[in-house]
Amino acid sequence: MKTTDVPNFMFAQQRAALFDTRGWIALAAFALLVAVVVPVLFLAVPADNPLHLSAYSVTLIGKIMCYCVVAVAMNLIWGYAGILSLGHGVFFALGGYAFGMYLMRMIGHEGQYQSDLPDFMVFLDWKAYPWFWSFTDHFWYSALLVVLAPALLAFVFGFFAFRSRIRGVYFSIITQAMTFAFMLLFFRNDTGFGGNNGFTDFKRILGFRIADPATRATLFAITGLYLIGTLVLCQALVRSKFGRVLTAVRDSETRVMFSGYNPLWYKLFVWILSAVLCGIAGALYVPQVGIINPSEMSPANSIEIAIWVAVGGRGTLLGPVLGAGIVSAARSFFTQSFPEYWLFFLGMLFILVTLFLPAGVMGAIKKIGKRT
Amino acid sequence: MSQGTGIGEAPTASVGRVVPEGVDITHGPILYLEDITVSFDGFKALNKLTLTVDAGELRCVIGPNGAGKTTMMDVITGKTRPDTGTAFFGQTIDLTRLTEAQIAHAGIGRKFQKPTVFENHSVFENLELAMKTDKRVRHSLFARPDSAQLGRIARTLDLIQLMGEADKLAGLLSHGQKQWLEIGMLIMQEPKLLLLDEPVAGMTDEETHRTAELLEKLKGEHSVVVVEHDMEFIGRIASTVTVLHEGSVLAEGPMEQVKHDERVIEVYLGR
Repeated sequence: MKTTDVPNFMFAQQRAALFDTRGWIALAAFALLVAVVVPVLFLAVPADNPLHLSAYSVTLIGKIMCYCVVAVAMNLIWGYAGILSLGHGVFFALGGYAFGMYLMRMIGHEGQYQSDLPDFMVFLDWKAYPWFWSFTDHFWYSALLVVLAPALLAFVFGFFAFRSRIRGVYFSIITQAMTFAFMLLFFRNDTGFGGNNGFTDFKRILGFRIADPATRATLFAITGLYLIGTLVLCQALVRSKFGRVLTAVRDSETRVMFSGYNPLWYKLFVWILSAVLCGIAGALYVPQVGIINPSEMSPANSIEIAIWVAVGGRGTLLGPVLGAGIVSAARSFFTQSFPEYWLFFLGMLFILVTLFLPAGVMGAIKKIGKRT
Repeated sequence: MSQGTGIGEAPTASVGRVVPEGVDITHGPILYLEDITVSFDGFKALNKLTLTVDAGELRCVIGPNGAGKTTMMDVITGKTRPDTGTAFFGQTIDLTRLTEAQIAHAGIGRKFQKPTVFENHSVFENLELAMKTDKRVRHSLFARPDSAQLGRIARTLDLIQLMGEADKLAGLLSHGQKQWLEIGMLIMQEPKLLLLDEPVAGMTDEETHRTAELLEKLKGEHSVVVVEHDMEFIGRIASTVTVLHEGSVLAEGPMEQVKHDERVIEVYLGR
């Protein structure tokens, strides 16, 4: 075969940056907003100033940013690998519970019963911590658990499901069953995680009072920066050859196998990564919201995660962030003003988006952009 | 071929123990089929079929429907096991003992009739994904084609005449272009032997013509077996033609000779 010169466009394709200049500026602006502007407006601007942000809004936005990370992680597995998980809430909750254990132990003697043990254990007449609570009073050990617990569950579940080539709606149903089973398990008082009340009444984190505005602002900033980090990581992953194999698995798994790849490890890797991202989001969520209980694992919660991604636009970088933001904001509004109509609205939103915006909000924006 | 374990393990890594690295073609032929018989419920799809293909050869296999062309392909790729007979890839690799994946790994690439390409990837990316390289997760995460690999992609794009379409999504290609892209993807996997099942089915005359040119260019560099029943197309590629009939070889030789063979005329015109 004669040698052919490599055309320049190929090199250009290989050297393409993660984001264009505008993208980097947007990310930097967002980082500035969460790490400087919001904390200043919250801490330094006096309460009677119209620019002042209330603790309520900071907590709400922080909570929504945690949801955004979950949506981005969900999009990674659903949008790019074509695997619809309807059990992602369990990973989020596991991360939350793992960090919640640390927060519970940091309450110390400030609980109702002023015991060494958390109130719910006193209530159950337990005399000592169960074995799985060991070392959870160390921050770093709990932080490790935040990563390991979802990763381990995702590995065991994913390995057997993907190895048995369980796909499509069957996989989705099993994930629903998984999160439901975990919810029932965590509802039990004997499980050792506070039963249906879960963990709450946190006091301190690393010695700082959680109710302190400065602590809140710090948690908020960390959450925002974590969201940015997740976006950058996902973009890097999707732009890599790994990402291209992943979308190839989504479109034609058999062809990928013929090409010499083993889809099992590709799916498993992204599945575990997605679970870990959710777990960390859960760990950031718990101290800000101040409670974690088994309802986070309810099947409806996990379905809502899928709706965020569908509304925002599957397989786009910003779609899930938009979707999680829009739906969560709508939820806050509805549950305050018309609590009884929220689920109707959510269901209708899903139907309308599926019918009229199959590519989500991002798809609609792109379409409008092309037209003009 | 690595023997490691853990995440990203190639699916057929264990092949390393069964198949020696590379195909032994010191005696010339790359594929030996001898006395192969396959029967389905008493019907002999292949009846003592004997066929050898030399390394670097472009061989066309023709025959009317039911002559056993596809069954022959299935035996070579391990999809069907012969009742009797031997099938060797090179001097040393016994195809009747390997699984489909192991055979693919040993270097036999097959193109099916219906084109399957990654429709949401560009032509360039399709070739990149197919390229022979480390296919484990760990490698894919940080892999960027070096200039040698880009050169290989460029050569293949040139060969399949899709250089101008390199950035286009594969789903937007015409039927013929998809077929070429799939042939290109097979070439990127560097198979020792390429099996093409009716590569010009559904193509326009112009596309058929260009496919013939493409196969001509593959000759010498690759060993190719083409199964077709389009006589006109076979006539365009100068090569040895094997005519199958009722599961065995009816005639073999250059097209001109085969075309005037009494028995071939009878089989083709008698139906």
